[in-house]
Amino acid sequence: MGGNRPAPSRRSLLSMIGVVAGSAAMYHAMTELGYAEGSSFNGPIKLSPPPAGSTVLVLGAGVAGMVAAMELRDAGYQVRVLEYNDRPGGRNWTLYGGDTFTELGGATQHVQFDPGQYINPGPWRLPYHHRGILHYASRLGVALEPFTQVNYNAYVHSTRAYGGKPQRYRQVQADFHGHVAELLAKSTRQNALDQAVSKEDREALMLALRNWGALDENYAYKATIASSMRRGFEVDPGGGLKSVPVPSEPSALSDVLQSNLWTAISAAHNYEMQSAIFQPKGGMGMIGKAMGKDLGPLIEYNCKVIDIHQDEKGVTATYVDSRGLAKEVRKATAKWCVCTIPTPILSQIPMNVGPAMKAAIDQLPYVAALKIGLQFKRRFWEEDEQIYGGHTYTDMPIAQIGYPMWDYFSKGKGVLLGAYTFGRAAYIAASKSPEERIKDALSQGSQIHPQYMSEYENGVAVAWHRVPWTLGCQGAWTEASRAAHYDNLCALDGRIVLANEHASRLPGWQEGSVLSALDAIGRLHARAVNS
Amino acid sequence: MQGGEAVYRGVCQGCHMADAKGATGAGRYPALANNAKLASTDYVLAMVMNGHKGMPPFRGHFTNQQIADVVNYVRTHFGNRFRGAVKPEDVQSLR
Repeated sequence: MGGNRPAPSRRSLLSMIGVVAGSAAMYHAMTELGYAEGSSFNGPIKLSPPPAGSTVLVLGAGVAGMVAAMELRDAGYQVRVLEYNDRPGGRNWTLYGGDTFTELGGATQHVQFDPGQYINPGPWRLPYHHRGILHYASRLGVALEPFTQVNYNAYVHSTRAYGGKPQRYRQVQADFHGHVAELLAKSTRQNALDQAVSKEDREALMLALRNWGALDENYAYKATIASSMRRGFEVDPGGGLKSVPVPSEPSALSDVLQSNLWTAISAAHNYEMQSAIFQPKGGMGMIGKAMGKDLGPLIEYNCKVIDIHQDEKGVTATYVDSRGLAKEVRKATAKWCVCTIPTPILSQIPMNVGPAMKAAIDQLPYVAALKIGLQFKRRFWEEDEQIYGGHTYTDMPIAQIGYPMWDYFSKGKGVLLGAYTFGRAAYIAASKSPEERIKDALSQGSQIHPQYMSEYENGVAVAWHRVPWTLGCQGAWTEASRAAHYDNLCALDGRIVLANEHASRLPGWQEGSVLSALDAIGRLHARAVNS
Repeated sequence: MQGGEAVYRGVCQGCHMADAKGATGAGRYPALANNAKLASTDYVLAMVMNGHKGMPPFRGHFTNQQIADVVNYVRTHFGNRFRGAVKPEDVQSLR
């Protein structure tokens, strides 16, 4: 032990944890040390009564727009909401059998799922710390059920490792942890970490490594009862005679490292993937539906906004029928405006805001994303492979397979999330027809589940750049663009304030939409009261 | 993806559509077909590299050769007959 050296600083200890256990573990450690924080939701917003005759125009009946509308209405504002679609929710959206979806380019998909089956093309998870969106689900009586992110019996898969054969999550995780623990224990015993850890901590570290990695008494990661209690047995313990368990043989260190599958293990440890996570019973769209019901006639549907103009008296939105059924141009006017229109669309709508906000809007495209729902004749992932909910991760373009987290053990059909991907793979998918996207997902998915081809019935594929009312999935911020434009996007401009996940630091999360809306209306209200 | 047509078919048509005529919903994807704005190589290059108003930046997705190829492809197809080909060096100069 280098007696003259200072004790490790918290930051250097964090770096070590980061190197050893991956960034997810570091994030976890940071959370415990109080660096990282959860949602800033501080309970229901309380707005004082506004000046008499205060009116607000809300553009967009997604989560952000409807949260703003409900709270402003409750405070005493006269609220009016314009929505492009014929339903509330926006990206809070569930597709059921009987629904149709027409994407840009004209392809119409008729969803043929059986009753009780669905897919959420947009958000699908409610992490326990997203207290804002959970508050609204609770307030509106939306029933929630558990959402399983990590399933130890689902697969991690690489086309370039283990002969392309999917591996059970628990085996790869146990082997990765076990081997890393063994290596670190070896280094510790060889005094290689003396400069980093004190003598007392070293002893604790040895105990912790044995515990964490399921090492044997010699700090080796081997086929033992202890390691099999993590990765599973070759033969499970049984009852009565011939019940002796047979431990399973771990993969070699090099195989685990070269497989790259540890990326899937660490991804699943992210803050937003940690238990408990919830989903509305019957689909994420239940939240949007409940909000829409709560607002009732305050929402006017099928409105395509074509101009937004503010002056010293108020804000006027000019709009037409989004279906092209009625030809007349209509106007809606209010003293204030909360605009939640996705920036790729808003950038194309004439709106007299200052150059800073305009520049912020114009530079914010939405990212590419793809989700595919596939209905199968039977729940073979449960019946044949004992996978109940959770996800399989793969390096193929589909990226993930999500298993339905309701109606477990039911004898009937089931819908899988057959692809959930962003970036390059999602761009490529958007350039294809829905049929081709599904064909690709079946071909890839069958490398993990050979039952795919014989059990497939029907599917629906949503490539978000083809969605007519968003032109993408979520705000595509970078660190640099946030530094340059984020504050300008969020700032109140005269009588107009923007709200949405794209005006939050939780991109793509409904919690971002809620927090953005609450922050926006708080500032708008302050100006209304003082004007 | 090699060649301008492959890049266009593989990615660009996702929004600008197979016939390059774009599409309209709540917002629109502009037509590249018969588009006078494509006369300027600088304009097209900047749009592909940096994006603008809903168009994402593609500088990180493609090589200089791919960007040059697809710019040249759209400027000489879909009713466009603009002169002056972009070279990979021109793309590099914008990085």
